[in-house]
Amino acid sequence: MTGTLAAIGAGLAVLGAGIGIGNIGSKAMEAIARQPEAVGDIRSNMILMAALIEGAALIAIILSFFG
Amino acid sequence: MHRIILSAIFTMAILISGFAFQGHDHNHDHHDHDHGHDNKATHQPDKHNSHKENTHDSHAQGGHANACGVSIDHDAPFNPGTSAFHHISDQNIYSIGPWSFPLPCMFYEHGNGLKMFSSGKFNTDAHGTGSNAYDGFVLFEGLARRINDASFPKGLVNLDKNSVFSEKIIVKGKNREKVKVCYNGKLWDADDRSTLDGGMLGGGKTSFTDFSITKNVLTMILMLLFGFFLFRKVSNAYVAREGMAPSGLQGFIEPIFIFIQDEVCKPFLGNKWERYQPFIMSLFFFILFLNLFGQIPFFGGSNVTGALSVTLVLALFTALVVNFSGNKHYWEHIFWMPGVPAWVKVILTPVEMMGVIIKPLTLMLRLFGNITAGHMVISIFIGLIFVFGKSGQNVPASIGAAVGSTVLSMFMMAIELVVAFIQAFVFSILTASYIGAAIEEPHH
Repeated sequence: MTGTLAAIGAGLAVLGAGIGIGNIGSKAMEAIARQPEAVGDIRSNMILMAALIEGAALIAIILSFFG
Repeated sequence: MHRIILSAIFTMAILISGFAFQGHDHNHDHHDHDHGHDNKATHQPDKHNSHKENTHDSHAQGGHANACGVSIDHDAPFNPGTSAFHHISDQNIYSIGPWSFPLPCMFYEHGNGLKMFSSGKFNTDAHGTGSNAYDGFVLFEGLARRINDASFPKGLVNLDKNSVFSEKIIVKGKNREKVKVCYNGKLWDADDRSTLDGGMLGGGKTSFTDFSITKNVLTMILMLLFGFFLFRKVSNAYVAREGMAPSGLQGFIEPIFIFIQDEVCKPFLGNKWERYQPFIMSLFFFILFLNLFGQIPFFGGSNVTGALSVTLVLALFTALVVNFSGNKHYWEHIFWMPGVPAWVKVILTPVEMMGVIIKPLTLMLRLFGNITAGHMVISIFIGLIFVFGKSGQNVPASIGAAVGSTVLSMFMMAIELVVAFIQAFVFSILTASYIGAAIEEPHH
C-alpha cells in the first residue's frame, strides 16, 4: 500500500513542477518573441528558474521513495 | 594566469574525489531484488538470451536448490525496476561489454586493520556474483559484502554454485533483501549495505569501512586525469600561441569556458568573479565530464554523478564556500532580516536558517535525480526486451521489443546528452548565484 501512495505523491510532485516549468517556458518564449535581442539573458534565467522548481519537485519525489 | 586557474581547478577536483571515496556505502537502499533474471544492461542481448535458455533448461532438470536446501527461484518474473536499480549502483568490478575486470578492494575492519586485495579473488560470474569468499568477504551482484561472523574461515574459500544469494524479508512492513551465504551446509548472514542515514532510519550499516577503488572512484580518477591533461594541453597552447587565433582543442574548450565565464561567473559574482571562477569552473567541468562519461554504453555504465555520496560532497563544497565567503549582510539577512516588522522576523529567521541547509540539499538531489532518472529510463527500456520476451522464452516478441527499445534508448540518450550539459550548467549557475547572494554588498 505504501508503494501506491508514494507513487501518487511522486505524480503530484511532477504535476506541480510540470505546470511551473511550463509557465516559465511559455513566458520565456513570449519574452523572446518580444525582445529577440535579450535571448541570452532570458535563456539563462529560464534555466535557473526551472532548476529551482525542479529542486522542489525532486525533493518530493525522493522523499516519496523513502516514505 | 591561466595556468594558476587551471591547476586550482584540478586540485579542487582531486579534493572532491578524495572525499567521495565511499561510493557504494551510501547508495540508498533498494529492496526485493529478484535473483534470477537480472540482465546486465551492458551485455549483448543475444548472449543473454542463450544464458536464459541455459538456466531454464537446468531448471527443468530439477530446480536450483543449493547445498543448504534453499531453492533459488530462477523463474521469478523479471522486474525491470529492481534490475535498473542494480545497474546504476556502484560495484567492486568494472565491466566493459561482457567482460568484467577486477578492482582493488580496501576494507578497514574495526579491530582487524586494513585488508587489501583484488576483487578478482572472488571469481566473478556474468551477474557480478563471486563464486569464492575471501577473508570473510563475498561478492554479490558486483558489491562486496562481509560475513559478520568470526568463525567463518579466513583466506580463499571455494563456494558451490548458487551459494551467495539474497532472500526477501519483511522488516517493519518494508521489503528488504538479506544476502546469505551457504557454506559447509550452514547459512551465514552477510552485512546489509549502509544507507545514508547510517542505519538510524531502519536501513543497514556495514561492519567495515570501505575505502575500495570502486567503479565510481575509478571513473572519477580517470576523468580527473583526462581533465588534467586536456586543460594542461589547452593552457600550454595559450602560452605557445600567444596572440594567435586558437586552434584544435583550444578552439573546442575556449567557447565553453568563455560561455560559463560570461553566463555564470560575471553576471552573478559581481566584481569578485575572478576569485570564485576556479571553483565554478572545476565544478562545471568535473560534473560535465562525469555526466558525459556515464553516457557511454557498454563501458562500465558508471553512474558517478547519480550517486548520492558524490553529489553530497559536491554540494557540501558549495555550502562551505558560500558560508565561509558570506559577509556581514548575508548573516544579517539570515538571523535578523532588516526592514521588516519584528513579528515577521520571528517567522523569517527559522525559514532563512532552513534555507542554508535546503540550498545545498536541493543541489545534491537535483543532480542525483536527473542523472539517475536518465540512467534508469534507459535501463528500463532495455529491460522491456526481457519483459516482452518473457525472459528469453518468447524470441519473436523479444526481437520486436529489442528494435523498439533500441530506438527509444537512442532517443533517451540524445536527451541525456543535453541533460548532461544542462545539469552541469545548472549546478554551476546555482552555486554562482548562492555565492553571489552571500557576497553581495547592500544597496538599501
